[in-house]
Amino acid sequence: MAMRHSVVLDNRRCRGCTSCIKCCPTEAIRVRGRKATILPDRCIDCGSCIRVCPHKAIKSVGDELDVLTRYEYCVALPEPALYGQFHNLDNIDIILNAFLQIGFHKVYEVSKAAEMLSDFERQCIRSGASSVTPQISSSCPTVLRLIRMRFPKLMGHVACTILPMELAAILARREAEQETGLPPEKIGVFAIVPCSSKVTAARVSEGLSHPVLDGAFAIRDIYLRLLSPMKHLENVEPMASSGIIGMGWASCGGESAARLGDRCVSVDGVGNVIRMLEEIEDGRLPEADFLELSACTQGCVGGCFTVENPYAAKMRLKSLMKGQPVSRNRFQFEGKDRDIVRRDKELQYLPTFVLDQDLGAALNKQLRIQELESHLPGLHCGSCGAPSCHAFAEDVILGRASEDDCIFKVRERMRSMAGKEEADDYLPPPFRHPKSEPVKQ
Amino acid sequence: METIRLVYPVEGGDLIEAGEASSKMKLTLKKLGLPQDVIRRASICMYEGEINMVIHADGGQAEVEVEPEQIVIRMADTGPGIPDVEQAMQEGYSTAGSTARELGFGAGMGLPNMKRYSDEMIIDTEVGKGTTVTIKIKIPQ
Repeated sequence: MAMRHSVVLDNRRCRGCTSCIKCCPTEAIRVRGRKATILPDRCIDCGSCIRVCPHKAIKSVGDELDVLTRYEYCVALPEPALYGQFHNLDNIDIILNAFLQIGFHKVYEVSKAAEMLSDFERQCIRSGASSVTPQISSSCPTVLRLIRMRFPKLMGHVACTILPMELAAILARREAEQETGLPPEKIGVFAIVPCSSKVTAARVSEGLSHPVLDGAFAIRDIYLRLLSPMKHLENVEPMASSGIIGMGWASCGGESAARLGDRCVSVDGVGNVIRMLEEIEDGRLPEADFLELSACTQGCVGGCFTVENPYAAKMRLKSLMKGQPVSRNRFQFEGKDRDIVRRDKELQYLPTFVLDQDLGAALNKQLRIQELESHLPGLHCGSCGAPSCHAFAEDVILGRASEDDCIFKVRERMRSMAGKEEADDYLPPPFRHPKSEPVKQ
Repeated sequence: METIRLVYPVEGGDLIEAGEASSKMKLTLKKLGLPQDVIRRASICMYEGEINMVIHADGGQAEVEVEPEQIVIRMADTGPGIPDVEQAMQEGYSTAGSTARELGFGAGMGLPNMKRYSDEMIIDTEVGKGTTVTIKIKIPQ
């Protein structure tokens, strides 16, 4: 099945500049016909390209708020990263109350579900149930997709739990059914998320066979809608229902801290995450019990859908936590209901990078890739639309590009046909021979 | 039959860069779709060998041959050589210097680990000339 994504390209804005191709951690972008194109099987929705695009042509789309009208009763599930986005805010209840003014009937904080997940994990640690170490957090969907693609050996290390927003959705729908008596399909449950990967996860879950959310809105989109009602609230009902631990999940380190004393490594930024996974794969960090991995800088507060600088958001979140109880929620499900936090499907390996399913054929392709690469200039100039000469060689051998897409290869051919002094020999300054043009100071 | 040859120079004296070659090799092995266990064993051997070359021999060269039935990793240096191979193979025995130890290396597990994770290991060494460690890992058919 093709993967579904929320990262999309605005063709009118894209000028084909090649900025995005190099920042992509899975080499999923190629420029063709003056436009960037995303290889859907490779995209992990990390948002790196969205951040780097100078023309704001790569976007991620959350759902439109209009969808609320399709349901009789709507529940908002704000992720705690939202709380760090506002200036001079000293009370989370103001945000939560404002949701009731913009079309939602109820609010269920994702941080509440996060606290239950943390308690569940602590119970597992105490009972000695988690056997594989280090355990890898399952809370960042981008990291899950990365592991499925590039680190399949580590799939067995990933925690068995679903995303906090998924648990929140299940519990919120249950509560809403009981309170309203409405059938579940008339209840809309929507997460307010900091990143593209959670929008995708709301549509196609990594761990659940059937999606439990009806949609996801970008923090950025909701932020503006909330501002005005937040200023004009007449009375602020106490609604906040989580403590420091739940809110802490919004920044990298929070999920680890909630494990109370486990030896945890918290890594943020997709490049750092890849390096850490490489080490874990080789067993180079035997002393760690738990790995908290966030694709975004500083964790969810650094998501590409946020408004505020991640460091500032983290600071604000910390000051909002002051004076709050450590945790207000426990995992108190019994019997079969305990499985509510668990994935109902296993993570599946995505062999996106494998050259060929047949080893002989793969070796042959690799051989041809190496042969071609040895004749490429190694400048990684991006003129062919691929992020590096190696990626280009792969594209040619896998039939995604032609050898003539490399301007240096074409130049070589023209030279051999027309001789050295032809006018077509023009090269831009970075590629000229150093002797032919001294740098003007 | 097809044989892939990958060559990685290993810079001496640079413990920070050590591990680059095994990391690069690992990515290529993954693209070939080799069994996960084979990849893991090959990269552990390569990593240990790389560290050894950096700590003891001022670098060297790692050469990897991937054939349909096996992976052969040959790590060659022109360092001091190993005077007593049997002793060097003992777990916990190390002649690593203080800098390497401060960084957490020198636990004396390098060669023993390479032996453990490979199907065949040949050490060819001459004091004053250098060492070549050849590792073979079979690919289950």
